[in-house]
Amino acid sequence: MSGDHQTKHATTWVGRSIRRVEDRALVHGEGCFTADLPADLHVRFVRSPVASGRLKHVTIPDTARGLVAADLTRIGRIKPMLHRPDYVAVEQPILADGVIRFVGEPIAAIIASSPAEAEDHVEATFYDIDETDPVVDVLAALAPGAPRVHDWTKHNILVEGRVDTPGFDAMFASAARIVEVDITSRRQHALPLEPRGAHADFDRRTGRITLTCSTQSPHVMRTAIAELLQLPEADLRVIAPDVGGGFGQKMMLPPEYVLIVHVARMTKRSVAWIEDRRENLIASFHARDMRVKLKAAFSADAKLIAIDADMASNVGAYSGFPITCGVEALMGMAELPGPYDVQQYRCVSRGVATNTCPMAPYRGVSRPVITFTMERMMDTAAAKFGIDPIDIRRRNLIDKFPYKSATGLTFDDATYREVMEIAVRELPLSQLRERQSEMRKHGRYLGIGFSTFSERTGYGTPAFAARGMESTPGYENVEIAMDPSGNVTARIGAFPHGQGLKTTLSQIIADEVGVSPEKINIIAGDTDQTPYGWGSFASRSLVISGGACLVGARKLKAKLVRIAAHLMKVAPEDVTLEPGFAKARSTNQSIPIPELARTAYHKAHLLYGVADAGLVEQGFYDPPGTFSNACHVAVVEVDIETGGVKVERFMVVEDAGRLINPMIVDGQIHGGVAQGIANALLEEIIYDERGNILTATLADFLPPTMSEVPRFELHHIETYSDATITEAKGIGEGGAIGAPAAVVNAISDALSPFGVAFYELPVTPQRIRAALRKAGKANS
Amino acid sequence: MTDRHDIDLHINGDIYRVSVEARKTLADAIRDDCGLTGTHIGCEHGVCGACTVLLNDQPVRSCLMFAVQAKDKPIRTVEGLAKGDTPHALQQAFMDNHGLQCGFCTPGFLMLAAGALEAKPDMSEEEMVHVLSSNLCRCTGYHNILKSVKAAAAEMAKAR
Repeated sequence: MSGDHQTKHATTWVGRSIRRVEDRALVHGEGCFTADLPADLHVRFVRSPVASGRLKHVTIPDTARGLVAADLTRIGRIKPMLHRPDYVAVEQPILADGVIRFVGEPIAAIIASSPAEAEDHVEATFYDIDETDPVVDVLAALAPGAPRVHDWTKHNILVEGRVDTPGFDAMFASAARIVEVDITSRRQHALPLEPRGAHADFDRRTGRITLTCSTQSPHVMRTAIAELLQLPEADLRVIAPDVGGGFGQKMMLPPEYVLIVHVARMTKRSVAWIEDRRENLIASFHARDMRVKLKAAFSADAKLIAIDADMASNVGAYSGFPITCGVEALMGMAELPGPYDVQQYRCVSRGVATNTCPMAPYRGVSRPVITFTMERMMDTAAAKFGIDPIDIRRRNLIDKFPYKSATGLTFDDATYREVMEIAVRELPLSQLRERQSEMRKHGRYLGIGFSTFSERTGYGTPAFAARGMESTPGYENVEIAMDPSGNVTARIGAFPHGQGLKTTLSQIIADEVGVSPEKINIIAGDTDQTPYGWGSFASRSLVISGGACLVGARKLKAKLVRIAAHLMKVAPEDVTLEPGFAKARSTNQSIPIPELARTAYHKAHLLYGVADAGLVEQGFYDPPGTFSNACHVAVVEVDIETGGVKVERFMVVEDAGRLINPMIVDGQIHGGVAQGIANALLEEIIYDERGNILTATLADFLPPTMSEVPRFELHHIETYSDATITEAKGIGEGGAIGAPAAVVNAISDALSPFGVAFYELPVTPQRIRAALRKAGKANS
Repeated sequence: MTDRHDIDLHINGDIYRVSVEARKTLADAIRDDCGLTGTHIGCEHGVCGACTVLLNDQPVRSCLMFAVQAKDKPIRTVEGLAKGDTPHALQQAFMDNHGLQCGFCTPGFLMLAAGALEAKPDMSEEEMVHVLSSNLCRCTGYHNILKSVKAAAAEMAKAR
């Protein structure tokens, strides 16, 4: 439960809401983002205004310098691989090479001495495209005879996963009731506030190139770009400076970054490309353009016994590196049953190419959609059975652990039922129901929507390998050193971009090595200074990099204890590390930690034969994964005259295991829920039938402001599962996963007197008005 | 488009003599010509507010103004908020209340709130929400931004 974590964990750094070490520079305008670096040269891209066609030629003005595909013949193409028989690999050129596949695809790069001059030349660049018929909608792309996005493929299906448990048919046939839902998730955009950007600088002395870029995964960028440019990986240094949000969009390799490094190599000068908002909206990466048809089989007592799903994910024109176009489809398939006990499952899940912007993971990946699917289904089923939405969830949520899912996932200890019961009590639900019926008498429509879900987090290489990924992420490495003054530096392979990871990791290390967090420096985001790692995504960094820090810090602690024991002439078991010093219990002697550190480096002769000089250790962690869980509750009022929805309250009861820094955990939930509310009510990338994007500005694509987001009510349970060594579970995505379902369940609850319910995202005022008109209950 | 104008920008009490094209935005001039990169550019069409600075003590979108329009007028940016080593009450409150995550929108929110609180120190919560809805944040869900601005307003009231 919520409470004063400060007092609860008074003796440890872990569990305390200490202030973030990241903040001082950022609030003083002293952060360093990619766009802050000066450059000799600036690149702007000429982008296709049509979705599909043959690029016949490009004419760059005589006065300008530029590159087209023909200039890049020695550069590889982006070709991510999944080792699955159902995966069709496609290639993405750095600049469109004869074929145009989406609006915004780069067809030429202009290089000039200022961004403005480059833009002038972009406008003066002439190109000739023979437009062909595009395919935009995911179901249209599946239809026989649909135009193919990649000529040589047999159809537009790039990946097709299937599950069919052995007892499915018999169980499905035995159902007392089948509940069907047909779900539409309209295309989303992560919208990091800092658009993407890259700055590459050639060092004439060493011949090396430093790429500074807005990315979530600096090491992955280094490997991929070096390979495409046939550059020794050691000659490329990638720095991720301050990064202004990513949410998944910035874990993918942008072709633009490859080109910027190429230009720096070619010109031997510094060169930058800073994406503008329009480019970011039309040509970075999108997410969650999905359809799900679900048939859920129930026994007579409303117990879910089998589910049958047909899922189609629009993957856009290409498959992104490293995570591939399989990410939404395959995660959706593996995790659709969510926190519900159902052992019979059939699913076909397709990733389908279209002439639209390619896809990246976006906070939650496909889980906001599958949670929406299951939660809308549960509310629909409850109505059909004539029971309460809470009751049907009580009958079906898993409560024995470990639980092995129909797709083979192991659910560790969690509190799926408890979080919902706490929400019911804290609201309290009974009072809200009374208020709802009172308001209805006066023509006002209040709705209460629940969403219960699991958030699979902190999974290592085996989980990614199960998808057949050629590049298999998962582990993290940490190099942790205490210097002669007793301060600690941890170099991590993960890379935070707003999550406060430097603060939380320092808390984990502090408790082990007896040094307070302000004496611990975390270095991240520079491939020259950090061990190889995968970056921050998939709610993994605190769990996996935190686990690696704990492993490394324990080794460091063991060495400090060994040295202290030797110096105090006691057994190592007799020595404890307290804040600031090592103490021998039997003799009550103590040695300050800085003195131990100084000895380890400068008086190593005293440790001859006992310990190597220095205090440097490595931590490695590659866990199987764990599940956070939560119940979200939205309370909304729907104005039936305007279709407007006001989110009055939003409650989250969350179990993320041990909370390392509760303030930061709450911040992650706040941000995720705000994006989830936006997903439910506002945000939608819209294409017309010719593949033109109609939401290319922030006047058309509508992120929420403070006025659209309520103040949040949060409660926590901490279940300490042995699935992670820190006992912490990931928390980065849950807010975005649960919120869309809670909001739309609430809207449907509000409008239940009209028989109106929604199975799509987002539910805009226009859609509410249209549904009410169709139901004959609102003035047109 | 190469005609340049030599103008003085008065930023945080310093005078920057810059030579800019007429089309150059104030945001670009502050960042590129004056080297004050704390002012961020998030959309360049006046929606996100990351580039908010104070001009004549009023919050403005520096991406929607030309630098030449700001010549000789007093401009304040995030770099001028703190007094020496002492953070402004808003900066302290954002650190104390986890009012930022990635920090990209933060300078814009700080300048927006500074301008609004100077103009009306006793804003109600409703008024604060209205004003702060001018800018976008993608990380915090706004919960802790409001909490931070409320805390700063209380602190600033105490100091008066």
